[in-house]
Amino acid sequence: METFFFDGEDITNLPPQQRVLKGMGFVPQTNNIFPSLTVQENLEMGAFIDQKNINEMLEYVYDLFPILKDKKNQDAGELSGGQRQQVAVGRALMTKPKLLMLDEPSAGVSPIIMESLFTKIKQIANQGTAVLMVEQNAKQALKISDLGFVLSQGKNLFTDSGNSLLANKEVRQAFLGG
Amino acid sequence: MDFLNGITLIANYIVIPGLTYGSQLALGALGITIIYSVLRFSNFAHGEFMSFGAMSSIILSWLFVSLGFTFYPFPTAIIVLPIAIVLTISYCIIIDKVIFKFYRKQNSKSVINLIVSIGVMFFTGGLIRFIVGPGDKNFFDGERFILKARTFKNITGLNEGLTLKTTQGITIILSVLLVILLFWFLNKTKTGKSMRAYSDNKELAMLSGINPEKVVLITWIITGTLACVAGTLYGLDKSYKPFTYLHLVLPIFSAAIVGGVGNPVGAIIGGFVIAFSELIITFAYKKIFFYFLPSNFVPEGLLQILSTDYKIAISFLMLVLVLLIKPTGIYKGKII
Repeated sequence: METFFFDGEDITNLPPQQRVLKGMGFVPQTNNIFPSLTVQENLEMGAFIDQKNINEMLEYVYDLFPILKDKKNQDAGELSGGQRQQVAVGRALMTKPKLLMLDEPSAGVSPIIMESLFTKIKQIANQGTAVLMVEQNAKQALKISDLGFVLSQGKNLFTDSGNSLLANKEVRQAFLGG
Repeated sequence: MDFLNGITLIANYIVIPGLTYGSQLALGALGITIIYSVLRFSNFAHGEFMSFGAMSSIILSWLFVSLGFTFYPFPTAIIVLPIAIVLTISYCIIIDKVIFKFYRKQNSKSVINLIVSIGVMFFTGGLIRFIVGPGDKNFFDGERFILKARTFKNITGLNEGLTLKTTQGITIILSVLLVILLFWFLNKTKTGKSMRAYSDNKELAMLSGINPEKVVLITWIITGTLACVAGTLYGLDKSYKPFTYLHLVLPIFSAAIVGGVGNPVGAIIGGFVIAFSELIITFAYKKIFFYFLPSNFVPEGLLQILSTDYKIAISFLMLVLVLLIKPTGIYKGKII
């Protein structure tokens, strides 16, 4: 049985909610918003356990995703795919994570939206939150990554900086389509 | 004059009773809808929970009256309502801890929970009849009327009287207050929002640190309150007989589904739709035509679409119609 450590602490047996408390923010791939709650309420739910500085956190998320501020009183279920994804990331950010985990954030959004979403994710990382992301759009994802892992058949085949992986001939041929 | 008489007749026999009965159904349907959206099953025991609430009020008001505490012109049952609510909530929580929790821990399908709730329904019904007996109980005391038919006739000089019973006035006012309080709680408080979040997306709510057991507890507190108030008001207005609450489950479920199950606004709309359709379809229109038509046009019969014996059938009919035409209900709800 493997053990998992986060920030020096054993988290192997912790249920997901407890891991959130330890500072692991998580954005699931699907069902990652509360559709009948407004955008603002979605974000407030992210700050459910820790209400301190909730207004500053809201400001931060609204600065990052200005469109959410315009739509803050609209039901999140009425938003477009890209906007929903922003709500999902925003909600996870409200938990004040040390590590933000994103499961396929670009799934189901248009290429243009994906482009801007990745820019925002880079921005989050630059502001001091570690970001761990699983992505199918490998090229774009590697471009913004400090460190990339190429997994295949349950094994870690390559570990390198994003740009080196992009330049790596083997990786290109086997996984990035030449 | 005839026109005003006709209007008064409609107000007296359709509007006021409809608003009263509609409020009672709406409160009941709210309880069903909240359990459905948070715990995800149809709670058939809700009618008996209402009966339990009414029984608590009856026993407490007997106790108060025998000790000499009466609060004329208010019915004693309204004064003891807060204590009755606490009793009903406790009963709901005990049932949840002993029965529903077991199935929740196993992640049982909602059909299984539904069957369990039918068991709870029979158990609760039996318990209630064991405590107070199956007979009719009238526990109304205090002033009977806010507005008497004769007073109204004297003031307006009309042939038709308009009565407003105390129970009708209390029912409407109390329902409005309770609904405002409920919506304020669900939309403005942190706990209320977390309840809606949990009902929307259970996994994500847990990922946000919302404690499921606390949400369940609050759900039963709200359900118990709604059930007790609805049950007591219904018992006060008609009269209390344990078996009537078994029949009441049908119009209440219809109301919740007609309005859009899982949606509190829908439950309220549904309550009034069911109440008014029961009254409109079973009302004898002869007198109304008497006022509105020239006398030689007035037909002979009672002009009743269906006899009042079919009251329950009408809520069933409405349910089937809505499920055929608009399965999500009038107000957008979940499809069952």
